[in-house]
Amino acid sequence: MSNEDIILPSASSLSTLSISDISRTGFGYNPSVGPASNSITPETSNILLNRKTITLTPTSANSIYDKNINSKKINEISLSSLSFLFCEIVNWSHKNSKGIQDLETRLNGLGYQIGQRFLELNKLREGFKTSKREIRIIEVLQFIHGTFWKSIFGKVANELEKSQDVTNEYMIIDNVPLISKFISIPKDYGNLNCAAFMAGIIEGALDSASFHADVTAHSVPLDGFPLRTVFLIKFDESLMIRESLRFS
Amino acid sequence: MKVYSIYILNKAGGLIYQNDVNAGLNKLSANDYLVLAGTLHGVHAISARLNPTINGKDTTSEANASPNAQILTTGRFQDSNGNRSGLHSIETDLFNLYVFQSLTGIKFIVITSPNPVVYNIQTVKKREDVIASKGELNKSYEEANGVFKQLYVIYSDYVMKDPFYSLDMPIKSHLFDAKVKELIS
Repeated sequence: MSNEDIILPSASSLSTLSISDISRTGFGYNPSVGPASNSITPETSNILLNRKTITLTPTSANSIYDKNINSKKINEISLSSLSFLFCEIVNWSHKNSKGIQDLETRLNGLGYQIGQRFLELNKLREGFKTSKREIRIIEVLQFIHGTFWKSIFGKVANELEKSQDVTNEYMIIDNVPLISKFISIPKDYGNLNCAAFMAGIIEGALDSASFHADVTAHSVPLDGFPLRTVFLIKFDESLMIRESLRFS
Repeated sequence: MKVYSIYILNKAGGLIYQNDVNAGLNKLSANDYLVLAGTLHGVHAISARLNPTINGKDTTSEANASPNAQILTTGRFQDSNGNRSGLHSIETDLFNLYVFQSLTGIKFIVITSPNPVVYNIQTVKKREDVIASKGELNKSYEEANGVFKQLYVIYSDYVMKDPFYSLDMPIKSHLFDAKVKELIS
C-alpha cells in the first residue's frame, strides 16, 4: 500500500485503526524543510504499539471504576495534564459563551457537578464511624477550607474570613489557585477569573450539604501573589434565619 | 555572563516575543526587530543545509528525526535542544548570540555579553592556565544552555497552558513576563 492512498477509516474503536500515513522524516521540525507533521508514522507506530504501557482501548483493567473507592492512598495526577485539560475546557466554554459573564457561569456550572460528587466521596472516605455532617455555617466553611480543599488541591486554602458589613457573606482566599496557576487574563477580558470553576466546586459542595449559597471568584492581587483569588460566598437569607432559630 | 536580550521565534520565523532584559544593546524599531528575527531564521535554515553529507546522502533530516525516535524507544531523557544541524551560536567582540530550537521549531534566541577577554593564550607557559582560559569560553556556552532550559520550561508552563494564547501569535502573558524577569535576575 502506498502512503498516498490511505484514507483514515472512521473506525468505531481505536484499536482497529491502521496507522500508516504521511511523513517519513518523523516528528518535529526540520530547519531546512520546515515543520514536519506530528502524525504517527509506520516506524513510530511500531514503537508505540509494542510498548506495554500504551493501551489503545479505553476498557483496561485498571480504570478508575476498578479501583477501591475507599482507598486511603492519595491519587495524584499530573498538574501539566490537568492544566492542559482545563485550558481546553476554558477554550471550549469561551467558544460557546456569549460574553465574559456567560463564560464564568459556564465554568461555575462545570465545577458545580464536581463539588456535588466530591462532597459525597469525601464523606464516604472519612468512614461511617468518624464521618459527620456539618450543620453550622462556620463548621461547614472550616470543612471546605480545610479537609475538602486539601483533598482536591493538596493544600489548605490560605484564609477564611467573614465579611464585616454583610452578615451572610464569607470569604475563602487562595493565594495561588491551582487550576489557574498558568493562566494570565488579557486586559480586554476585564475582571474574568478562571477560578470561577473552583467557585463552582465550592457552590456544589455547599448546596448538596444544604447550605444554599452563591459563590463567585474575584481576583485581588497582592505583592508577590498576582493570582490571589477571593471566593465570595453569599449564603441564602433563609439560611441565616435557620441558623439563628437552631442555635440561639 | 549577562543576558541582554531574549527573542522567541515561531516556526515560520516570526518574532513572537522580544524582551530587552538588561540594558546594553541599542534599541531598534519594531519593524527592524521583525527583520532581524526573519534574517536569523533564514541564516539558521541555510546553515542547516551546509551540513556535510555522507556518500551523497542527506543527513539533515535524519539528524532532526532521530531525537524523537530515541525518546520513544528508550523512554530516557534526551537533550531538549532540537537544534542539531543549524546555527548554534555567534560570538563577536561586542556580544554573543545563542540559538536553541525546540522539537516543534520554536526558536529561543539569547543575546549576551561577549566572552571575557583571555590574554595571550599562546604565550602562557603553565598548562593549568590554558585549561582555565578554555573553561572560561566553554562556561558561557553552558550558562546559555542553562538559561534556555529554564526559559523552555517557563514557556511551556506559562504560554502553552494559557487558554488565551493562540499558537504562533505574539506572547502577551504578564505571568510569562514576570517569570522571565525572575529567571534573569
